[in-house]
Amino acid sequence: MEEKIRGFLKERFPEAVLKEEEFRGDLSFFIKPEALVDICQALLESTDLDVKYLCDITTVDWLGHESESEGRFEMVYNLYSLSGKYRFFLKARISGNNPKIATLCDLWPSANWLEREVWDLFGITFEGHPDLTRILLPDEFEGYPLRKDHELHYEQPMFSWNKDDPPEVIK
Amino acid sequence: MSESRILTVNMGPQHPSTHGVLRVVLELDGETVISARPVVGYLHTGIEKTLESKLYNKAIPCTDRMDYLAPMSNNLGYCLAVEKLMEIDVPDKVKWARVILAELTRINSHLVWLGTHAMDLGALSMMLYTFRERESIIDVYEACAGQRMMTTYIRIGGLAWDLPSDFDKKVRTACDNVERGIEDYEKLLTGNQIFLNRTKGIAVISAEDAIAWSLSGPMLRGSGVKRDVRKDDPYSGYENFDFDVCLGKTGDAFDRYKLRVDEMRQSIRIIRQALDGIPEGPYRAHVPGVVLPPKEDILYKMESLIFHFKIITEGFKAPTGSVYQGIESPKGELGFYITGDGTTKARRVRVRPPCFINLACLPVLCEGSLLADVVCAVGTIDIVLGEVDR
Amino acid sequence: MGIEEKIPDSILLTSLDKMVNWAHKRSMWPLTFGLACCAIEMMSTAASHYDLARFGMEVYRPSPRQADLMIVAGRVSLKMAPVIKTLYEQMPNPKWVIAMGACASCGGVFNNYAVVQGVDRIVPVDIYVPGCPPRPEQLMNGFMKLFEKVDKDSMKNYRESWGRKI
Repeated sequence: MEEKIRGFLKERFPEAVLKEEEFRGDLSFFIKPEALVDICQALLESTDLDVKYLCDITTVDWLGHESESEGRFEMVYNLYSLSGKYRFFLKARISGNNPKIATLCDLWPSANWLEREVWDLFGITFEGHPDLTRILLPDEFEGYPLRKDHELHYEQPMFSWNKDDPPEVIK
Repeated sequence: MSESRILTVNMGPQHPSTHGVLRVVLELDGETVISARPVVGYLHTGIEKTLESKLYNKAIPCTDRMDYLAPMSNNLGYCLAVEKLMEIDVPDKVKWARVILAELTRINSHLVWLGTHAMDLGALSMMLYTFRERESIIDVYEACAGQRMMTTYIRIGGLAWDLPSDFDKKVRTACDNVERGIEDYEKLLTGNQIFLNRTKGIAVISAEDAIAWSLSGPMLRGSGVKRDVRKDDPYSGYENFDFDVCLGKTGDAFDRYKLRVDEMRQSIRIIRQALDGIPEGPYRAHVPGVVLPPKEDILYKMESLIFHFKIITEGFKAPTGSVYQGIESPKGELGFYITGDGTTKARRVRVRPPCFINLACLPVLCEGSLLADVVCAVGTIDIVLGEVDR
Repeated sequence: MGIEEKIPDSILLTSLDKMVNWAHKRSMWPLTFGLACCAIEMMSTAASHYDLARFGMEVYRPSPRQADLMIVAGRVSLKMAPVIKTLYEQMPNPKWVIAMGACASCGGVFNNYAVVQGVDRIVPVDIYVPGCPPRPEQLMNGFMKLFEKVDKDSMKNYRESWGRKI
C-alpha cells in the first residue's frame, strides 16, 4: 500500500513532496504548504487509493529547536485508508510570524472543528474557513496557550476580583 | 395568516440531559429544529499543555482525567504510544492483563451510557440498574489499584503493581453479574414500544456522511462501516482473541443501542478467553533506564535503586520523532500523537478525541427533527465532556 | 414564613429553630451540577449501592430556583465561571455550597491557565470534600458535616439576609 501512495505522489506532485520519512513504522511525507489542497483533493478523487478518512489535524511548535529554521509550526494531517487499512501523515512547515495555511473544510466537513481548535490554541489562520472563532477557550481570552512562549501557569485577569491586577503567574 | 417565527432556545451548560457542560443553541420553528449549534469549551482544562510540561512517567495521572468514564483506556493509549516511541516490548502477561482491563473499562463505559441515555428518554430506573452492575466492575479496579475510578494502573512498560491474588474470581463475578444485567436491560428496553418510538429512525447518519465527518466507534459502525481498531491495527495482543465486530444497518439511535449492548457481550467473551489463557511472568518489562524497576528489587539491588532514582527525578530521554498510536476506546478511535525532541519531556502530546469529532456532526443528526429528538441525538453520540474539551 | 419576624428572641424561637433546621437538613434538594469526574461519583452516591435517598436528597432539581444545595463536582474552567455565579445567584435562600473534589476546592491536579484555582474564588463555600474523586463514603461524610453546620444555624441570620429590619 505504501508503494501505491508513494508512486501516486511522485507522479502527480513531484515538486511538492519535499521528503519522505519513516519513524517507528509511521510513514510521513513533508510537502509544501501551498500544495496541500491539491494533494488532498487528488487523494480523495483517486479511486484505487481510497483515502477518504481524515483522522486528525494538529500542529507541533518547534520553537527553540534546531529544526526551527525550516518553519516554526509543523502542520500534521493524519490520513487513513479504510479498505487498505493504511495510515500515513502529510506534514507541512509554516513560518512563525503570521502563520497561515489553506483550509480543508470543502473536502472534509470534520475539518471545520479540528481547524477551529488549532486556531484557538496555536493561532494559525486557515484561509477560507467559514467560522474561525474560539471553540475551547472563552471568547475574551488573549493569547494562544499551546504555543511554547505562553506560560502554563498564567492566570488571566477576567473576573471582578482580579481585573485590575496584572496577570498572575502561579508558580 | 400564520407567520412562522424562529425562536432561539439555549439548552444551557447546566442541563440534566446534556451529560455534562455542553451548550446547544437551538433555533426552533414550533417544535421543529432548524439549526442546532453545539458550543463546547466549558470544561477546557489545558490537559495537553499539562502533559507536555511533565516527564513521561509523571504525565500518566493527567490522562486518566480526560475520558473519565473509561480511565484505563486513556492510560493504555498513552502508555502504548510512549512504548512505541521508546521501542519497549512488554511481556505477555502484561498484554493479557491490559486486554482484560480495557474490556472491563468498555463495559463500564457502556453501562453508564445505557443508564443515562435510557434515563433521558424516560426509563428512569435504568440508571439505578446499570450503576448496580457497575459496582462489581469498580470492585475489580479497587482490588487492582486501590482507587475506584482514576486508577493510573497501566504504566509505561507494564502495570503499576502485580495483579491481586483474587483477580480471577473478582473478574468472573463481574462478568456473570453484567451478563445477568444485560438480559434484564434487553427485556426492559428492546421490545418496549415507547423506547422504539423514541429511537427508531431518530438521529440517522448515512455511511458516506459518517466517513466524511470522520466519525469512529459505534457511530461509524452503526451506519454499517466495518472499522474497529482492534481488528484493523491490533495492539496489545488483540490478534490472539476471537470476537465479532458488531455492525448496524440504518445508522439510527436504535441500531447504536443494539450495537453497544452486543459490544458488551463481545467484551465478556474476550475477557473469558483472556482469563483462561493468562500466562505467568513479570508484570513489567526489563528495560533499564526507561522502565521503573519493581519495588521489591530496589531493596536488594544497587542498580535498581540507582535507575529508580534517575528515572523519577530526571526521566528518560526520548528520540526526536513522532509516533501515533490509536486504540479502540468505548467512544471511538482514541489516538495519541506524541512528538519527542531529545529531551525528557514531550514536545507535543496530541490527543485525538473521538467525542469531539463525533459531536461536530450533531447538526446533521438533529436538523429537521423535533425538539425531543435533540436529547436522543446528544445521548446516542455518547459524549464525555472531559474528552471533548480536554 | 413571616412568623419569625414578629416573635422576639425567646424560648419559643429556639424550638422553632430546631424544627426548621430539621426540615432543612432532612430534605435538602441538590442542583444537578456535575461538571467532570466527581459527577460520576456523585451519581454513584445517588444510585442504589450508596443510597442518598435515606437523607431525602435523591431529588436532584434541574432548575436552580427549586434547589437548596449546589454540589460543585468537578473542575471549574474559565468559561464556566460566570455560569456558576449566575446559577448561585438564581438559587433562593437558604442555600449551601459543597466543593466536591480537589479541583473544586483548590484547583487540584491542574495548576494552569484554564482552571479556576478553587470555586471559592467565585461563590462562598460551606464544606470542602477532598479527594480525586472522593469516595461515596467521603461525600456522605461531607453531608454529615453540612448537617452539623445546619444544626447550628438560626433563622435570625436569614432575617438579615432578606434585608428586613425588625
